[in-house]
Amino acid sequence: MAEPLEPGRIVTGGAPGETARDAVLARIRAVAVPPPAAIPRDYLTSLSPDVDILERFAERVADYRALVHRATSGNLAATVAEALKGRGARSLVIPAGLPADWLIGLGPGIERQSDDPPLTYGQLDAIDAVITGCAVAIAETGTIVLDAGPGQGRRALSLLPDRHVCVVRAEQVVGEVAEALARLDPHRPLTWISGPSATSDIELDRVEGVHGPRNLDVVIVG
Amino acid sequence: MSGSPAGREPLPTFAGTPPFPEAARTALADEQLRRNLRHATTTIRTKRGRAVAERPDWEALRLAGAAIKDDVIARWPELLTQLEANVTAAGGIVHWARDGAEANAIVAGIVRAAGATEVVKVKSMTTQEIELNEALAREGIEAWETDLAELIVQLGRDLPSHILVPAIHRNRDEIRDIFRAEMGAAGRPAPADLSNEPRELAEAARLHLREKFLRAKVAISGANFAIAETGTVMVVESEGNGRMCLTLPETLVTVMGIEKLLPTWRDLEVFLQLLPRSSTAERMNPYTSMWTGVTPGDGPQAFHLVLLDNGRTDVLLDEVGRQALRCIKCSACLNVCPVYERVGGRAYGSPYPGPIGAILTPQLRGIARHPVDEQTASLPYASSLCGACFEVCPVRIDIPEVLIQLRTQVVRQHGWRARTFGEEPVAMRALSTAFANPGRLDLAERVAGGAGRVVGRRGRIGRLPLPGLLGAWFRRRDLPAPARTSFRRWWRSRSSRGES
Amino acid sequence: MKIALFITCFNDLLYPDVGKAVVRLLNRLGHEVEFPEDQTCCGQIHFNTGYRDECVPLVRSFDQAFDGFDAIVSPSASCATMVRHHHETVARHSGDASLVASVAEVSPRVYELSEFLVDVLGVTDVGAVFPHSVAFHPTCHSLRLLAIGDRPRRLLEAVSGLELVELPGATECCGFGGTFAVKNADTSVAMGEDKIGALIGTGAEVLASADTSCLMHLGGLLSRQRSMVRVMHLAEILASTGPAR
Ligand code: SF4
Repeated sequence: MAEPLEPGRIVTGGAPGETARDAVLARIRAVAVPPPAAIPRDYLTSLSPDVDILERFAERVADYRALVHRATSGNLAATVAEALKGRGARSLVIPAGLPADWLIGLGPGIERQSDDPPLTYGQLDAIDAVITGCAVAIAETGTIVLDAGPGQGRRALSLLPDRHVCVVRAEQVVGEVAEALARLDPHRPLTWISGPSATSDIELDRVEGVHGPRNLDVVIVG
Repeated sequence: MSGSPAGREPLPTFAGTPPFPEAARTALADEQLRRNLRHATTTIRTKRGRAVAERPDWEALRLAGAAIKDDVIARWPELLTQLEANVTAAGGIVHWARDGAEANAIVAGIVRAAGATEVVKVKSMTTQEIELNEALAREGIEAWETDLAELIVQLGRDLPSHILVPAIHRNRDEIRDIFRAEMGAAGRPAPADLSNEPRELAEAARLHLREKFLRAKVAISGANFAIAETGTVMVVESEGNGRMCLTLPETLVTVMGIEKLLPTWRDLEVFLQLLPRSSTAERMNPYTSMWTGVTPGDGPQAFHLVLLDNGRTDVLLDEVGRQALRCIKCSACLNVCPVYERVGGRAYGSPYPGPIGAILTPQLRGIARHPVDEQTASLPYASSLCGACFEVCPVRIDIPEVLIQLRTQVVRQHGWRARTFGEEPVAMRALSTAFANPGRLDLAERVAGGAGRVVGRRGRIGRLPLPGLLGAWFRRRDLPAPARTSFRRWWRSRSSRGES
Repeated sequence: MKIALFITCFNDLLYPDVGKAVVRLLNRLGHEVEFPEDQTCCGQIHFNTGYRDECVPLVRSFDQAFDGFDAIVSPSASCATMVRHHHETVARHSGDASLVASVAEVSPRVYELSEFLVDVLGVTDVGAVFPHSVAFHPTCHSLRLLAIGDRPRRLLEAVSGLELVELPGATECCGFGGTFAVKNADTSVAMGEDKIGALIGTGAEVLASADTSCLMHLGGLLSRQRSMVRVMHLAEILASTGPAR
């Protein structure tokens, strides 16, 4: 009979010369585990048709204490300018591929930076705000997903500046998580964002704003 | 965790935790701890109730989640090798580790090769389980925890007590004191006038950690899920410290328990509903990062995935106990557990506390193969079997069923030798014999009835200075005196009088 | 219908009045009850503590004692749970095919008292009189394993004169938990004391439940604290026809 083990000390024996990979796989294969009869997928994968998806999205994003702006293609540039001004941003990083007409409302008070050539992290950290589009947005959970595509930039861009303005076009908003997954490419780096950075680590009380952008503005167009 | 200010004594570990009843006694005596825990668990319980009630399909999601995880275990080798192939094809490097020592050595080797002497860490249960920080410290590498609660634990030279909120046992005043006293030695000091406002405390952490994020060359993370079909790995978090670690350093090392797999991309439609609502009680957690290998020009340019066994294949051995491998570490079972709520996490003697700890730790420590130490053997008994954990578990782990199964393992393997078992095995056998024979039971009842009349007062037995388990009853409780006439005797006399 | 009373070892010795109350109640409702004298213990203590081998003879003797009845009624939700949910596990553990077969025969006929009254007999008003305020503790086994739901409440609400008071945190465990009460006595007592605190806050005269085991624990705490609150089994209230003695 083996000796009782000390807490936290686990020693897994193996034949000499055997790789860890072979050993682990062999240990698993030594036990036959029957598969489940079926995987029941009786859950909801879309919202009921009577839900106004944009309305739901706006409401759920606002629940996270992000600021929600509704815009039309006509007043989008003005809305973006207002959002940035409202957050007191003086400098803005602009990812490659961002539609130029989103920015035509910006006044001279905001210094614009491009990420080409790439900024250093120190430079990015010193910039007040970032503006991006997104790949898809989810109404039910109030989530935007960035996939580093055109108008979004590499991940650091939407991370280091303290203010993030994200423009979401109506046709990018889906109802449920399942629909979002179907639209996304897992081979791209994905960042799912639901409200500003937050923590509940102190007495399980939610506080908005730790390391990620502490201010999130979502502009819904359409 | 000794990857903290140099030149100080090593931080505490779980080694040496006494068996659960003793550890619980100490914890129960700490009034502040009990208040903190009660406040926190009540808050999160209510919130979780709301987040779950919002999904009319919650039960369907649970059933799907359980089945998907069972499928993982049934096809484990196939899915692990599929993950390995897909991560490798996307530019990642996959390592395998039989145990904690192997995993720690792999990680230390990667950090050294990257020319780093410090790492930033995303909160990870797996690296706590293998005591990676301590191992790195022995190699001269400092590991900085960046999750707020982990930072509080690390700076406070403390042990974690909750899966999601490791510093749940601390209130805001204690946290302010720790920040004021300890931040300076680890880097940027806390402002001298720091208050106990959660907002200010979070701001202090932001400033303290920012310089570490910006200069770190290597980050270490765990993984919430990894998708075999695509090679995608993901981390679910709230603060953005995860994004910092997963994005800024040149090298990323992810240490992942081999049970963290999901077969397909689509399976996330289940787990991204189950996890946030069960864990932080939100519709969705603030940030989820997903990456597949390496993306040129974006994020770490070297990605290492360490696949860790460390006892997980032992969990497979018990056909009832193996459902613990479904666990997604949401911590819902802790928050509803009446035992956890009163004694806190550290009494469980492992980074996995509460109901899941009581079933996972003994199995990871090999209870299905050989005797375990007494502390481990006491864990399956750290429950009143009330079933609240099963009710909330998003992957339907029948924790009470597994607890009973593991108790059977404990008794079979070494119950009679364990100090905490006292006279129990003998009593159990005697009871079994008496109960299997109604005549003997009747006699025993008459003896008990007689004894009850001797020690009882007004139908109650009060303080009885008995040793062992029986005495434990009487320390704070009375017992009704056994009846003068048992029901059985009453019935017999009634039928002999011809009543009905 | 041939009805057997499964008194449980616990009630037999410590709470015979509960068994007498069940008999009185069912007789009053016009049903004969038999008490198979070979019955002893369902094996719950052994099973839940990990002594599965020692549990096998108890399951066997249970099935022998209760063979041939249409309904086996028990005033203990946790013992009913043991028979209905776990006897099968024990039988499979024994490897004895005939035991597996007899468990499949006997176990489904076991009813906790309130289930039997409401589901089988179809009554909620049992004609009881009990002019007292009562707080009801819906024990974990009734609630989560047997899922007897609001049946005890419906029965109590129909009792003449009875005032049912809301027990805060009612669904939380009282801390008994079988051998948990002695193996982890400090935690068990801490849980029980919180439950007692909530109870006393309600001002109820009586604490009732469908499990005497939980009542033994809570009653033991109340008695040590010299509280005036009485603990009573659901059956005793339903059998009552006037003020408590
Ligand atoms: S056992 Fe279930 S409830 Fe507990 S942490 Fe794991 S998944 Fe969550």
